[in-house]
Amino acid sequence: MRREEKALPSYAGRRHTVLLLFMLAGATLIWRAVDQQILEKDFLQSEGADRYLTQVEVPAHRGLITDRRGDVLALSTPVDSVAANPRLLGADTQQLVALAKALAIDPEALRAKLARYSQRHFVYLKRRLPPAAAAQVMEVVRVHGIRGVHLEREYQRFYPAGEVFAHVLGFTDVDDQGQEGLELAYDTALRGDPGAKLVLRDGRRQVVDDVENIHSPRGGKHLALSIDQRLQFIAYRELKAAVKRQRAVAGSLVLLDVPSGEVLAMVNQPSYNPNANRSNRRGRLRNRALTDVFEPGSTMKPFTVAAALDAGVIKADSVIDTSPGYFRLGAAQVQDSKNLGVIDVGTVLSKSSNVGAGKIALALDKRQLWQAMDKLGFGRQVGTGFPGEVAGQLSDYQRWAQIDQATLSFGYGISVTTQQLAQAYATLANDGVFVPATLLKRDIPARGHRVFSRSAAETVRRMLESVVQAEGTAPDAAVLGYRVAGKTGTVKKFGPHGYSDDRYLSLFAGMAPAHDPRVVMVVMLDEPRAGKFYGGQVAGPVFSAVMAETLRLLNVTPDVAVDPALRVAAAGEGR
Amino acid sequence: MSYVPRQLGDLTPSNPARRQGLLAVFHIDLPLLAGVLMLSGFGLIVLYSASGENLAQVQRQAIRIVLALAIMLAVAQINPSTLRRWSPWLYTLGVLMLIAVLTFGEVGKGAQRWLDLGVVRFQPSEMVKLAVPLMIAWYLAEKRLPPSWQRLAFAALLTVAPVLLIAKQPDLGTALLVGCAGILVLFFAGISWRLIGGLIVALAGAAPVAWYLMRDYQRQRVLTFLDPEKDPLGAGYHIIQSKIAIGSGGIYGKGWLNGTQSQLDFLPERHTDFIFAVLSEEFGLVGVLVLLSLYLFVIARGLYIATRAQETFARLLAGSLTLVFFVYLFVNTGMVSGLLPVVGVPLPLVSYGGTSLVTLMAGFGILMSIHTHRRLLPT
Repeated sequence: MRREEKALPSYAGRRHTVLLLFMLAGATLIWRAVDQQILEKDFLQSEGADRYLTQVEVPAHRGLITDRRGDVLALSTPVDSVAANPRLLGADTQQLVALAKALAIDPEALRAKLARYSQRHFVYLKRRLPPAAAAQVMEVVRVHGIRGVHLEREYQRFYPAGEVFAHVLGFTDVDDQGQEGLELAYDTALRGDPGAKLVLRDGRRQVVDDVENIHSPRGGKHLALSIDQRLQFIAYRELKAAVKRQRAVAGSLVLLDVPSGEVLAMVNQPSYNPNANRSNRRGRLRNRALTDVFEPGSTMKPFTVAAALDAGVIKADSVIDTSPGYFRLGAAQVQDSKNLGVIDVGTVLSKSSNVGAGKIALALDKRQLWQAMDKLGFGRQVGTGFPGEVAGQLSDYQRWAQIDQATLSFGYGISVTTQQLAQAYATLANDGVFVPATLLKRDIPARGHRVFSRSAAETVRRMLESVVQAEGTAPDAAVLGYRVAGKTGTVKKFGPHGYSDDRYLSLFAGMAPAHDPRVVMVVMLDEPRAGKFYGGQVAGPVFSAVMAETLRLLNVTPDVAVDPALRVAAAGEGR
Repeated sequence: MSYVPRQLGDLTPSNPARRQGLLAVFHIDLPLLAGVLMLSGFGLIVLYSASGENLAQVQRQAIRIVLALAIMLAVAQINPSTLRRWSPWLYTLGVLMLIAVLTFGEVGKGAQRWLDLGVVRFQPSEMVKLAVPLMIAWYLAEKRLPPSWQRLAFAALLTVAPVLLIAKQPDLGTALLVGCAGILVLFFAGISWRLIGGLIVALAGAAPVAWYLMRDYQRQRVLTFLDPEKDPLGAGYHIIQSKIAIGSGGIYGKGWLNGTQSQLDFLPERHTDFIFAVLSEEFGLVGVLVLLSLYLFVIARGLYIATRAQETFARLLAGSLTLVFFVYLFVNTGMVSGLLPVVGVPLPLVSYGGTSLVTLMAGFGILMSIHTHRRLLPT
């Protein structure tokens, strides 16, 4: 057998074949390496960079909102959200329980959540923890060796004044984007520019390291409101108390600075706490002063009178026969509560005579009356840019019948917002010049337009002073030490079955000091159900209380010297 | 290196020992040992990086290497003629165990490969990697070469049986290696070129049949190989990521522990089958060439040992074992660099894992045994 082996063919050719194949294969491997590592290097490296380098957004600090004096009304504070990659988080029961405990959530709920998102790369476990609490969670994560849990820096909005500013400011959502109010209206400016940075990410899409700051986030702009926080608090306190006391469905109060048109206070009831959770906010979210319209009733009468004075159809000392307390226009009838007989124009306002106002309106040209109303801003948006702001309704005079012209004079057949009514009163207060309103602090005075002559405005203001006198409709609206001009409104609400006899809207619109008004205020209470419903009785005291403190805080010189002791007593009584 | 004895005394076993020292006593082939040690050492360095600087893992692998080296030394002490006598029994045992694995083996990662012997878990397919070339070499060396048609056919049958059993587990990579081991023995035994040409044609014809018999994941691998970009997040992910890693290395590499694709977990299986990509990224083309040189040196030494072998059995066995080692290298690097479809073949001596390491080292032990147990014949 061994002999045979010695005779074994040498297979030199075969050996060479093997060697050749071997060298070919070796050359292939080397060529492949050269090809990939030299020729295709740039392409493959950029492909690699695409995978591990990622540009991510750095959230910008949302701008502050302050009141006109710089007090902070809304600010963003850094918080940390705990997030997880469920594909990576292979936690055993013990780790899961520890994690749930650290997050203060139910372990079963956590397990269910992770199971539900098991195919995802990202899920929030708990959002918006204070940074210290988030650090504690991460400590637990580290100690238990749990993988795939990390923190994300976010900002949370905080509103120090809570429900007092809720309607004006609105709120932001969980991603710090404006959802309501000024937060929504000025979202772009407040939000600022998020920054961008290049980060190193691993194959599990986790950020490992910051590589380069492409550009830093630019914080949002700060917003300074025209509102004075002190006045807003007072207004809110008084309105809330009145709504409760009168068992009203809702209420609004707007306080304007006369020369500038700036809103000094704007409050509504019911309100909500923007810092608390989202439940039970239905019907509480609306900034009713800008979004809800109503028929203004008798509060419209002064505008008709002023327009008539300017048109020359009446004079300050004109007298009007209102007997027998009603008059007919076709099928309709205009009616006073009682026969006032022959009265002067001032009494039409102080006693609030529908017949008198109607007759004055009918003496005017339709177009003249409409123009005055239009210039006062009725039927037009206020222009604050506030979300949900409505224009109300002022119908075209060409379609008016006589009865429409008459009822408009005492505020039926027109719908307005509290803010619109306040602006119109500010026009009377501003010697007949309309100044557009704003919720932002105004550095340069806005250009207004004239609606009434100076003398007409002054005349009407003087007439309106009698409203708060003892014989007027609103003695409760008087402010001790100051001359106040104002007008009441008690409006029958229009419901599914026409005008109601038991559902009212109580209004008071006024200004002080009457000879040179500094501020204008409108108080509206919707459906007071505690027995009283006359505007002078329901809204008047709110006006008085807020106005008294406003004038004091604004350092407005009293018109009448008052014995300090008496003043204290009066203030106590006002509550 | 023919050795012509000058005295009769030189033929006594103790004599070479006196001249070549301890190496000869322990039947160690120094060049082969050096090559194997350098490859293993290089492997440990890369593994430290690929495992994410996991020292425990590196230690485990080092212990496996030491154990495998011990097995290599033990095998080197066995005379080739003893091995030859054991061949049929080893083969029979191997095939029986393969059948046992399919009947009551353990399932791991979707395949049935392991046999639990109580003390150790054991992969019979690894033993068969050695048993098949031993068996074929033994069978063909029994009679005069080149072998007759009948003997060739029987030898082919002896190869195909275990290959099919392993493919059934399924373990495509090992089946491929075992098949190669058998075919290489046949090639060295001198099957005619006509037959080789015929086989190639037959294989090409059998490809559609193989496609039909393949499992879904195997078909997927072939499809992915043909067009990895078609499914970049799914099946093609491995290949795309490893190509990127290799290319990212450039000429000099990104430096040890500095690879982005490998360190940042983009590269799958980076400490086992895809460790070549880690090496390529961190050590660049230079590192690849160093590694390939080491491999080629070991293979060249193996082929040299084959040509120096004095018996047909030893020569066939040495040639087959050496070239199977090369097939390992070629299939792994080819797969990682996207030349070949993904089949589970580790980078020999470098990839993390103990099973194939033991088989490989035992193979080197056989090569050393063949080379150091030559009878000193005058030429």
